This record gives sequence, structure tokens and C-alpha cells, in this order.
Amino acid sequence: MTALTRREAVALGTAILTVAAGGSAGAQAPAEVKIMAPAAPGGGWDQTARVMQGVLTSERIVRSAQVTNVAGAGGTIGIAQFVNGARGDPAALMVSGFVMVGAILMNKAPVTLEAVTPIARLTGEWQALVVAQNSPIKSVQDLAAALKADVAKVSWGGGSAGGVDHITAAMFAGLAGADGSKVNYIAHSGGGEALAAILSGRVTVGVGGGSEFEQHVKGRRMRWIGLTAPQGTSGLAGPTLAEQGFKLELQNWRSIFAAPGISAAQRAGLAEVVEKMAKSKAWADQLAAKGWQDTYLAGDAFESFLKEEITRVSGVLRQLGLVSA
Amino acid sequence: METLGLLGGGLAIAVQPMNLLFALVGVVLGTAVGVLPGIGPAMTVALLLPITFKMDPAGSLIMFAGIYYGGMYGGSTTSILLNTPGESASIVTALEGNRMARAGRGGPALATAAIGSFVAGTIATALLTVFAPFLAEVAIAFGPEDYFALMLVALVTVSATFGSSRLRGLTSLSIGLALGLVGIDKLTGQARLAFGIPDLLDGLEVTTVAVAMFAVGEAMAVASQKGTAAQGHVEAIRGSLWMTKEDWKRSWKPWLRGTALGFPIGALPAGGAEVPTFLSYATEKKLSKHPEEFGHGAIEGVAGPEAANNASAAGTLVPLLTLGIPTSATAAIMLAGFQQYNLQPGPLLFVTSADVVWGLIASLFIANAMLIVLNLPLVGLWVRLLSIPRHWLYGGILVFAAVGVLAAKGSLVELTLVLVLGLLAFGMRRFDYPIAPVVVGMILGPMAETQLRRALQIAGGDPMVLVQSPISAGLIAVAVLALLGPLLWARLGWRMKSDED
Repeated sequence: MTALTRREAVALGTAILTVAAGGSAGAQAPAEVKIMAPAAPGGGWDQTARVMQGVLTSERIVRSAQVTNVAGAGGTIGIAQFVNGARGDPAALMVSGFVMVGAILMNKAPVTLEAVTPIARLTGEWQALVVAQNSPIKSVQDLAAALKADVAKVSWGGGSAGGVDHITAAMFAGLAGADGSKVNYIAHSGGGEALAAILSGRVTVGVGGGSEFEQHVKGRRMRWIGLTAPQGTSGLAGPTLAEQGFKLELQNWRSIFAAPGISAAQRAGLAEVVEKMAKSKAWADQLAAKGWQDTYLAGDAFESFLKEEITRVSGVLRQLGLVSA
Repeated sequence: METLGLLGGGLAIAVQPMNLLFALVGVVLGTAVGVLPGIGPAMTVALLLPITFKMDPAGSLIMFAGIYYGGMYGGSTTSILLNTPGESASIVTALEGNRMARAGRGGPALATAAIGSFVAGTIATALLTVFAPFLAEVAIAFGPEDYFALMLVALVTVSATFGSSRLRGLTSLSIGLALGLVGIDKLTGQARLAFGIPDLLDGLEVTTVAVAMFAVGEAMAVASQKGTAAQGHVEAIRGSLWMTKEDWKRSWKPWLRGTALGFPIGALPAGGAEVPTFLSYATEKKLSKHPEEFGHGAIEGVAGPEAANNASAAGTLVPLLTLGIPTSATAAIMLAGFQQYNLQPGPLLFVTSADVVWGLIASLFIANAMLIVLNLPLVGLWVRLLSIPRHWLYGGILVFAAVGVLAAKGSLVELTLVLVLGLLAFGMRRFDYPIAPVVVGMILGPMAETQLRRALQIAGGDPMVLVQSPISAGLIAVAVLALLGPLLWARLGWRMKSDED
């Protein structure tokens, strides 16, 4: 099934116009890439794709870059379309990330990340735990004690069920010595609703991307409990969990994949393009403006990281009963 | 009076020629995308974000605000004229507005929508200026049990207002509730009624269902009545193109009541724009001196919901600007826009970037004024659409609806859905089942379900949570009264007097 997106339609129209106007007689195709964001415009994957588009062209790494959006079902619709439509295409790229790993498992998607060609991990965001300013819970020890006393009494507010926030909650509960599968997680759609529930103290503890909470912590409306980052991570509103004796490392990463069925040389070419982009100053500037951390990881290291993440996520989702064994 | 001074400073920023131009571009773009079903202001702002990166922050935020307001307004034009709601918030407008348009009163319907939007937008923006910080505190205190009670009130009052028979109305409502179940359950992440079709996992799009039920179903009904021209007859213009004195008299109160419902509910983090339009419609029907006109083109049924719709758009900015909480798709993307310029919405925004905030608020006033200047002269042109011969008109509506749905999702499943649901709507029309409760159930059902389950989950399964909060207890009492009141009164032999003030 090939659906013509608006952007494709526009591109097609432009191409027709160029040809109609006589076109340039050059036979060489411009070095171009097509980036699919398997989500609607506006979200994290879409923004990643568009920032890539901007940096790749402004730094003249490629001559042109197009972004298409295929939204739906945590990216599983996008990946299915990518695998069918872009097979063997050396110019096709797809944005993906942590959320897609879980969505593929939960939706029992027929096409998985094994069907695409890994290129690199680009960015990541550490997960933060926070409580309302007037909460009786003052520290990570208090939270752990409350979980251990009665895991069901501690309600967690965060994003969609089975997503990165839910997994963080279950893993922390396990670390605190409680039964992670019984975690009382209240899913919210969109950041706004969850923020309201956390600020008003309706949920015991909030979980989400660190940057979402930063200004509320600075504005003394939320108390910072900890971040799922390794020791010594800098530039944050508060300490990491690891620094407080809870070794939980989890990042909501975003990565880039190529189409299936491309040659080793084509894959190396794409990896080079992505590396040039990730090492450029323009990329660093954009990441700083968006509050994303550069967690670039390529090659074999990325592939083994990916395997570990899939194992870890599917383990937690099984424990939560969201994916049947 | 410090506020007024700050607003004055904001106005000075907003009337700079470049910013006026941005506001105009935003308003025109917003109206255009609001007209197309499926493409909403959220998507437009998202696509424009990368382009505006190098622009001045005030200018691009002003443009975004224009798009937002314009989109809310544009959706009503197609709702009224073509029975094809462009946005989910303008679905209610189609109910009475389209009836008016077919009776040759499209002009007054469009005018009351435009002026009502202007009045509501202006009042709501003024309220935003004065009450934003205070209101934001109240709004976040609204918990899931309170939302559930609010949805209950909406469901009970609204479903009572549709259709000739209660049973038929409830049947339609149940169809809507079932359609609302399709997709991944928000609280457990499990798929429901998706039948293994990946495209259904995200649930049905409200605009897709509304377009299918209203426009496609009707086009089929018209096509099936070939030769019997009397039914579904469309008259382009009858009487005055503008609002008569009577129209004004019947419109101004609904405008104000719509604003009073739209602004506070829009300011709630999970309030949305649809609920206040439903409540406004139900209120107007209850209070109208001409309740028999409802369902046949009552101007109050256009004036109230349109005002509520625009007031809620201003309400949405309350939690966004004061707390940094985005409560609608468009607001979420505007938040991304703020962050792009390293502006962090929240309590500090009014202190650290006062010029931008007040410039934005001032430009909302200007965007509103521009919308009315832009749209009122076009009313005469728009209603000409209806003088197109019927077979062309309905053929055109079908193409328009299909293109809109395809443009938004680009999926064949979506298009198939439009046709299947259109057939369903045709069948329901044929056997005299009302259509509107389907859409109402589909919007309110999932909201009510999610909030109820959330409330119970936080309370550890204790149903008493629903009556422990004073807001929720009060709202539930209102719902029970609205449900049982009429029955009780009837039994006791009381006659409900229409309120003669």
C-alpha cells in the first residue's frame, strides 16, 4: 500500500514543474536523502527528522533532504511502510527510538526493528522522577520506603501505558524492593495532563523526560527526586539516582535506521553522512536549543546496545503483563 | 492597573507593521486549514515551525496565535454551508447552522458565527489578561473525578436534546460509545476493537467520523431521492443576507453564555473545545423561547456553540502561558515554538519575557478583529456556494471530504472508513435515527471512561472518591437532576414552565 503524503505530492508537483520548465540537463542525481518520521508533525521523532533535514542541507552534507510523516500506533505503521516502500533504497532513512521498541511488542507488529538496517543512535533524554513541592515524600529514600510498604498506594503519573515512563516506574519499584509488576501507573496522553496531575499532588510521584520538569523544579513547584543517568552527568536541575544509591540507567533514545536490502557500501555511505551531521557544530547548537543530549553511538556498539534494549524492554513489559510471554 | 499598562506596551509591539503582517498571514492560513476537514491548526503550526526558526520570536508566535484562532473560525464555515465540520469543535455548529443554510439563512448563520467568535474571543482574551494566573491554580486542582462528573453532565444534558424519541437517541449514542472504544486503551495499552488492523490502533479520528456521518451520509441520502426534489431542498438566499434585528436579539445572550462555558472549560488541562460546545447547545435549547426550532435551524444553536468554541481557544492559553502546561495539540506545538526561542512558558514567563507575552495577548485581540474584517464581507460570496445545482454540490462535497481525509492521514483505511460510516449514517437517516449523538458519544465516551478509571485507580478502587470532592459531587447532582428531573415533574403532574424573564 503506497499512500501519497502531502509532502510527496508537493515534491512530485515540483518535479513535474521543473521538467516542464525545461529542467537542468544534468544527468547526475543530486546527493539527497529522504527521512521518514513515523509520527505526526510536531512530536519528538518529527522534530528529530526536521532538525536533521536542516543541518544536513545547511552544512552541505547532502544537497537536499525531504521529510515525510507516516503517523500511527507508536511508529509501527511507519516502519511497516518503510520496509515495504524503501527496500533497497540507499537514500532512505527512518527515525526511530525507545518508544518504538515497546510499541512493536505491545501491538504485536508484523514488522520489527530487525527488518531495518541500524545506522546510529543520535540523541537521548534521561528520565526524571519528581514529586509535588508539598509532598510528604522528600527524598528518593522516602519514595523507596513508601513503595516497599505498599506498592499499590504509590500512584505514578506519566505518559502512555507501556511507554518509557511506565517502564521507568516499574524498574524503579523493582530496585526499591517492591513488586514491579504491581506498580500503580496512571497513564496520561500528552505531557500537559500528566504535569497537572503531578503539580496538584494527585499522583504520588511523576515520571517523564528531565527537561519537562526542569522549570517547575526551578520554580519551586516540584521537588526533584532523581534522574536515570549515570553518576556525574552534568547540567541538570538535581542529582541522578545513581548518585543516591539506586543504579537505574535509562534514556529515551532516538536513532536513525536505513532501509533493508542495501549493500554494505551503501550502508557505510549513509553512516558517513549521519556521522558528519552528528559531529557538526550546527547539530550541537540545535540539540542545545532543544535540550536534547548528544548520545551518538554507531556501528557494532549501536547494534549491541539495540539488542540489549529490546531484551530489557520486553522483559519489563512481560513482567507488567502488557505483553504475553 | 499595571496590567493595562503592560497590555498597552504589548499593543505597541503587536501593531508594528511586520507583526500585523504576521497576524494577517496567520489568520488567513488558519482559516484556510480550518476549512479543510482533517488538516487542523496543530499540523499547520508544526509544519511551519522549522521555517520560523530564524524569525523574530514575537512575530512567529503572533502568527501561530492567528492560525489557532483562524482555524477555530474556519471550521465553522464548512460546517454551516456544507455540513462538513472542519474541526471537531465545530461539529455542533453544523447541527443548526446547516439547517439554517438550507433554509436560505446561511448569511445570518455565518454572521452570527463570525460575530459570536469575535465577541467570545475578545471577552475571553480580556479574561485571560486579568485572571490567567489565578485561574491556572484552580484549573490544575480539577482532578479526574471532577472531569468524569463534568463529562457525565455533558452526556446527560446533551443526549436529552436530540431526536424525537429517547430510545432512538440512546441507540445512536451507544453506537457512538462503541466507536469511541476502537483503538489502544489509554490506561493499559491494550488494543480494543481494532481487528488486527494497525491503522485502527490509534482509534478513529473524530473529524473523519463527523465528515462521514454528516456529509457523506447526507450525500447518499440525497442521491437516493432522485426525483423527489421536495426533500432536502436547498435554497441559497431567502430574506436578508445579514442578521435582522430579531437575529441580534436572539444571538447576544447565547454569545455571552457560550463564552462563560467555553473559557473556564478551555482553561482546564483536560477540558478541550468540544465539551463546552455540547453544553452550550444543550443550554440554549433549554433556555430558548423557540425550542421547537431546534433541529430546524435555530440561530441560538449556532451563536452559543461558536462562541464557546472560540472562548475555549483563549482558555487553552491560560495553563500554557502561566504553567507551561499544553492542553491541546496546538498548544503543545506552540510550547515547542516557545522553547525554540529559549522562552520557557511558566510562572516566570510573565517576568522574564513580559514583552513577548503581552505582545502575544495584544495580537490575539488584533487577530480577532482581523478575522471579522476578513470574514464578514465574504459571507455573501460563501453562501453563493449553495446556489450550485444539487448534484454538483453534493458531488463536490464528497470529493472535498475525501480529499480532506486523505490529506490528513494519507491512508486507504481512513478512506474506507469514511465510506463505511457514510453508509451507516445513510441507514440511520433512512430509519430516522439521529446522527449527532453518535459523534457526541464518540467524543465524550472515551474521555469519561479514562477519567473515571484514573480516579478509581488513584483512589485504590474506592468509588467514594466520586462524591468526596465537592466539585464532582455537585456536578453529579446536576447530572442526576437533569436525568430524573423531567420524569419526576411529569409524574407529579407539574408542567415545566418555559422561563419567561
